[in-house]
Amino acid sequence: MDVRLVNPFINATINVLETMAFMTVTAGKPYLKTDNTAVGDVSGVLGLTGVANGTISVTFEEKCILAVVSSMFGETMEELNNEIADAVGELTNMISGQARRELEEIGKVFRAAIPSVITGRNHSIIHYTEGPKIAIPFNTADGNFTIEVCFER
Amino acid sequence: MDTSIKILIVDDFATMRRILKNILKQLGFKNLVEADDGTSAWDVLEGQKIDLIISDWNMPKMTGLDLLKKVRASDSLKKTPFLMVTAEAQKQNVIEAVQAGVSNYVVKPFTAEAISDKLEKILK
Repeated sequence: MDVRLVNPFINATINVLETMAFMTVTAGKPYLKTDNTAVGDVSGVLGLTGVANGTISVTFEEKCILAVVSSMFGETMEELNNEIADAVGELTNMISGQARRELEEIGKVFRAAIPSVITGRNHSIIHYTEGPKIAIPFNTADGNFTIEVCFER
Repeated sequence: MDTSIKILIVDDFATMRRILKNILKQLGFKNLVEADDGTSAWDVLEGQKIDLIISDWNMPKMTGLDLLKKVRASDSLKKTPFLMVTAEAQKQNVIEAVQAGVSNYVVKPFTAEAISDKLEKILK
């Protein structure tokens, strides 16, 4: 997989969270993920087509996404519900859009599908692309989340 | 800005409609209507007078671009200001929206100031 496809998603994730949720976000060290178990409680998943086919996912720990959405709405969110799921979908959508703009600048044009959201502890994320799954952990003051980027070889 | 106008917010994500409503209320707009895709938005537009449309692009049933084209093709609606607020901001998207007659364009993620600036330009 072309590693230049990964960095735009890291940059986009930081920018989206900082702009929409006013949160400071720190990226950890990327690693190769070998199983399908999500590192968190709610995930947004979105397919990409274009110069390569792939999927991205964004998985939040419960504490983290409650803090993110509380900040976005300006009111306290206390439980994982449909409002939280909807917000995760939109965050995934915005991360995809921002990353695709950066990718376009290096000549790689992608189109995105409408995101899906999965909830539940230990849920699975199946990336429908044969290729390495690169996971990038992120830290915030209110918990952690992880993005996964998977493009065909 | 005339804050008494009626604004239609179109987005398939309730989250984004809520964020936009919060920003618009902070700016003094109180007359706000929502739709969750282009088809629902068209139903609203056929039933009541809307002064400004704020729409997402990528939605099921009818996209924001298709809604924009339909609005511009309508004798009664073609002059209605149309602000596209979208994550779709690749060059070809912007060109298509401009060619279809969009009034202005805001890229997600956005700040409240970005929405305010674009509205001032559209409504001045």
